[in-house]
Amino acid sequence: MSSKHAIFSRRSVLQSGLAGGLVLAFPWPLRAAPVNEPEQPPDHPDGQFAPNAFIRIDNSGKTTLVMPQAEMGQGVYTAIAMILAEELDADFAQVMIEHGPPSDKLYGNPLFGVQVTGNSNSIRAFWDKLRNAGAAARTMLIAAAAAQWQVDAASCTAANGKVTHASSNRSLTYGEVADAAAKLPVPEKPKLKDPRDFTLIGKPLKRSDTPNKSDGKTIYGIDAMVPDMKFATLVQCPVLGGKVKHADDSAAKNLPGVRQVVVLDDLVAVVGDHMWAAWQGLNALKVTWDEGQNAKINSADIWNELRAASQKDGVVAKSEGDVNKGLAQGESFDAAYELPFLAHATMEPMNCTVRLSPDGCEIWTGSQVQSRAQQYAAKAAGLPIDKVKVYNHYIGGGFGRRLEADMVASAVRIAKEVSAPIKVVWTREEDMQHDVYRPAYRDTISASLSNGKIVGWKYKVTGSSVLARWFPVAFKNGLDGDAVDSAVDMPYDIPNKRVEYVRAETPAVTTGFWRGVGPNNNVFAIESFMDELARKANMDPVAFRLGMLDGTPRLKAALKLVAEKSGWGSPLPPRVGRGVSVQPSFGSFIATVVEAEVDDMGEVHLRRVTCAVDTGIAVNPDTIMAQLQGGLIFGLTAALWGEVTIEKGRVQQSNFNNYRMLRIDETPPIDVHVIKSGEHPGGIGETGATAGPPALRNAIYAATGVPLRRLPIDRSAIASKKA
Amino acid sequence: MRHMSPARRVAIIVVAAVAIVAIGVAAWLVFGPGPLAFAGNSTVALADYHEANPTGVPADLAKADAIRRGEYLAKAADCMVCHTTPGGEAYAGGLAFPLPFGTLYSTNITSDKETGIGNYTDQDFLNAVQRGIRKDGARLYPAMTYTSYTFMTDADALAIKAYLFSLPAVHRPNQDDTLLFPFNQRWGMIFWSWAFNPNTRFAPNTAKCAEWNRGAYIAEALAHCGDCHTPRNLAFALDNRRKFSGAVAAGWRAYNITADKATGIGAWSDDEIFAYLAKGHAMGRGTASGPMGEAVDRSFSQMAPADIRALVTYLRSIPAVASSEPATIAAPAPTSPKEGGAVADALGRRVFAQACASCHSWTGVSALSPVATISGSRAVNDPTATNVAQIVISGTQRFSPGAMSMPAFGSTYTDSEIAAVANYVTGRFGSAASKLTAKDVADLRGQTAR
Amino acid sequence: MTFSISINGTKHDVDVADDTPLLWVLRDVLGMTGTKYGCGIAQCGACTVHVDGNPLRSCLLPVGTIGSRAVTTIEGIGATEAGAKVQKAWLDREVIQCGYCQSGQIMSAAALLAANPHPDDADIDAAMAGNICRCGTYVRIREAIKSAAGEA
Repeated sequence: MSSKHAIFSRRSVLQSGLAGGLVLAFPWPLRAAPVNEPEQPPDHPDGQFAPNAFIRIDNSGKTTLVMPQAEMGQGVYTAIAMILAEELDADFAQVMIEHGPPSDKLYGNPLFGVQVTGNSNSIRAFWDKLRNAGAAARTMLIAAAAAQWQVDAASCTAANGKVTHASSNRSLTYGEVADAAAKLPVPEKPKLKDPRDFTLIGKPLKRSDTPNKSDGKTIYGIDAMVPDMKFATLVQCPVLGGKVKHADDSAAKNLPGVRQVVVLDDLVAVVGDHMWAAWQGLNALKVTWDEGQNAKINSADIWNELRAASQKDGVVAKSEGDVNKGLAQGESFDAAYELPFLAHATMEPMNCTVRLSPDGCEIWTGSQVQSRAQQYAAKAAGLPIDKVKVYNHYIGGGFGRRLEADMVASAVRIAKEVSAPIKVVWTREEDMQHDVYRPAYRDTISASLSNGKIVGWKYKVTGSSVLARWFPVAFKNGLDGDAVDSAVDMPYDIPNKRVEYVRAETPAVTTGFWRGVGPNNNVFAIESFMDELARKANMDPVAFRLGMLDGTPRLKAALKLVAEKSGWGSPLPPRVGRGVSVQPSFGSFIATVVEAEVDDMGEVHLRRVTCAVDTGIAVNPDTIMAQLQGGLIFGLTAALWGEVTIEKGRVQQSNFNNYRMLRIDETPPIDVHVIKSGEHPGGIGETGATAGPPALRNAIYAATGVPLRRLPIDRSAIASKKA
Repeated sequence: MRHMSPARRVAIIVVAAVAIVAIGVAAWLVFGPGPLAFAGNSTVALADYHEANPTGVPADLAKADAIRRGEYLAKAADCMVCHTTPGGEAYAGGLAFPLPFGTLYSTNITSDKETGIGNYTDQDFLNAVQRGIRKDGARLYPAMTYTSYTFMTDADALAIKAYLFSLPAVHRPNQDDTLLFPFNQRWGMIFWSWAFNPNTRFAPNTAKCAEWNRGAYIAEALAHCGDCHTPRNLAFALDNRRKFSGAVAAGWRAYNITADKATGIGAWSDDEIFAYLAKGHAMGRGTASGPMGEAVDRSFSQMAPADIRALVTYLRSIPAVASSEPATIAAPAPTSPKEGGAVADALGRRVFAQACASCHSWTGVSALSPVATISGSRAVNDPTATNVAQIVISGTQRFSPGAMSMPAFGSTYTDSEIAAVANYVTGRFGSAASKLTAKDVADLRGQTAR
Repeated sequence: MTFSISINGTKHDVDVADDTPLLWVLRDVLGMTGTKYGCGIAQCGACTVHVDGNPLRSCLLPVGTIGSRAVTTIEGIGATEAGAKVQKAWLDREVIQCGYCQSGQIMSAAALLAANPHPDDADIDAAMAGNICRCGTYVRIREAIKSAAGEA
């Protein structure tokens, strides 16, 4: 037990007081010979009270909560711990948090059935399960104490990690009853707390992961250290999908610190004493590539194909009323919107540390798909699944990139050629040029207006299907549910509508999920067109929307609130505009107003962002605000600059000098207003990324009268002076 | 004529005299001295020169085969930089030179028989390199610097040919130039070549030391310094009366490298010039970028130290010519962004804070590497900001060992942002702020070879 | 080559090529992984350390140029007055999300406050614009700097 404790403690975080004075659980030595002890997955918690996969309480009362989801900044460890601790009535200041091991069975996301942190699903999917887990444990601990006291369990209460029998003034800590509780049956339907009795949920709470992130102690995947490890970095063919023809490593091998060059069919890796040595070796390689067919592909070709595909009829995703009849009424309008490929550019570049032994494989990485990482590693290593251990880590930015496990598979393949454990770290250039990219989309819309309302609506999404590649079982009858998310459930009351989907796989480019996923595209197109229609109807964009939101009252309330808080309708200087967008996405109802100025040269200056959100029960309201502030910046960054382009099969962007990020000096004040709600919690991590671009686009429309239909923003189209 | 009045006759004589003077002046302007005329006419034919041979390769290569000698000479003549596209196969051509009247493309000079020069005889090669005549008889445009290469010995030129022919043949058809009429009439170059190509081999100067002669040969016959650094006249010929006093070529400013102390390199020490050529950087003098950076990477850094010393000796002898650029080189800027020049330029300052300050510091004296110090450099003290803007657009891609590169910002910062940061940088770190507009930046983008 | 460098008050001897950037010496040779690699071209600020109090991008700082100058990293910045203030303000204001860039953000902010105890918005812009945060914590970074300066 004691050794196991020590091992757990390495990655665990001691919760501390709520007010600032944060205490470290363990002092951090400055390591001359750095070693991170491998962490054992909590597969068999002997001698502990472990009523389910999430909660373990030992005899000393130490309470460990195992996280089924990955922490990548969204605050989910704190929120999950709050839900568990709330129902468990644990002493929150004393609970330990532990990264969950790979297991679809134990930690599968209830909405997907597999272990995945994505689609803003952690809280909304796990809400019931976690509450039940906490309540079941509490019920058992109370029952064990009541049995010891020989009193009725109903006469006992629990709080702060203790069971109390008030009438006899007796209490026992959870540790004291843990052994007894472990022998009791697990109740299937424990009694949940009345939300009115929540003491943790709904109040802003300091996050558990941030103290160690403020002084460099947090270990991300890229920080993993294993005894005797070497450091590797890799290069893949600059042409997407190309293979190695020949690698001349003579110069690389002679560099100081370079230990080995590994040539595989699709990549070359250099192994060295440290990353710099490996990287210098990489620069000294002379690789000739078999570039393959993709060497002919340019962005222009891809867009031509996408535009041609968008002329086809799609698979019907939603049909209500008679869309042709609807479109024949009143005056009808058409538009097409286009969104580019995007890279994830997580701050922590792709990495994976591997230790292979004849009968086992250990993986240190930060993954949004722990079980998939395990499967990929097993396949690459040629080992059965149960021989692969995955130690998940804090993630330095996921945004969907770490829903892939390619970096795990390639690291294992390299490790097979190397006799020492290796840490493979991708250069930023490799990370950006070998991403899975947010699909390029083209959306075509036809709508008709009658008396200030939309009476017919035909909407078609054309683009690559991420789902068909990533989760084929969910891709049914040619329909990608993610690609039409927030389009099939658009919030407006429209009697006749149809939503279609055309799957058009783009050559060369592998596509992946990107923060905000399908709704990013659909909310942008829908909300952009809503502003154009409002102008056709001679109506204020907010009033126009409010007239069609009776069926979505939570969104209507959010829109009214944001209009009030943003000063909607108050006068603005010339070339300054406010733009609004609303979205019912990810189970949260959000309305956003962006105020922006467009200067004579077409440069866009953000002045202010206001956002109102009804996300149901807000587990940690401060996290909700932080996620929206950050998500809005993520989305606005993409709207202002984000575009990955392809020339001769090569991604043209390579680092932050040519894939631009919004910075602090361009960031406006962002006010987020959280609406109090008793509804089931919604998702929040993606929502800001979806909300920002259409609101900014509409602000530019208001400021300049130019209806942009493509992102990123084309400065030359909105300049009043031509360069 | 019989009926011509005296007054009319006088008028005709006056007009004729004016015309003759005008033609004379024009001729004087256009037909200037040769590149070595400044050194006087104590020249002898190479065969009659008895000091160390100023042509060929350094002593330790003298006994090497033609291919190895040709490699050295090809690098010294920097053939690669024009005859290779970024990321393209070496010497396979295709680099575009945008001109106001169309675009010229460099050609494939690999030994591919169909698309390269694989069918060239030795004489064909000499005709092209020394006389600007293609195998098919067509005339080359002076973008090919044969008016410099003409000074090369036959032996050296043919060694380069041997080297080129030893490399893999690359099949890459040449692109057609897109020049407008009348510039697309290659035959017109017959007259230009007749007027401006001396078509003569290097003649050593007995009044100068052997090292000077070696330097002159490298600078004039091989490295063709004047093709960028010497201003051109109306006929596009080099104006050697202002030899090496600076010019703008392919959208970049080639600085004054005469002995002028204020605007040239007269104040530089020999070691500084040596370091700049050999490594692309001299402490406090800035870093070679753009075409000069490429010349350092591909050419000067590959030369023997003795040859670079010879170049330094030769450069020292170039008569001082003051150019119009300001002589003042500003001191480092204050530490605080709120002090110093150009503080009011909000957009320029913003871009500088985002993308530049991390390396170049607010003082302009880099805390990371002297290579990244911009205070004291010609670029930031050039009030046209030509090179500052170009460096922001395309960065500095260095291949020399240990050299630092600067990333390119041209694809993500807009023309107005680049104009603003160039104006900010010249205002903060230079002697006078530039006044670039977004349109100027767009024009500069259009002028670079690519 | 062997270099003796002073990091957070402790001397470390390292045997690496003199052009090795300090970042990789810290991370891979000394195991001080709090300093992060983000871009390698001084465009993101994740690798920021202090050298004699100045915030520098360690990804481009050759170890051979450091000499006897004192290096402070995120692991040691809490021992300085400005660093401790910034760390506390960061937690009080709950700035951090994924946290990967925050070592660099905190180092930049600590250098700013040490040099300029009462920065205005323009000072904050100039000092912090070189640090990218992909989670978008900028609004709170600004608030936290002001709070650390005692102005909010």
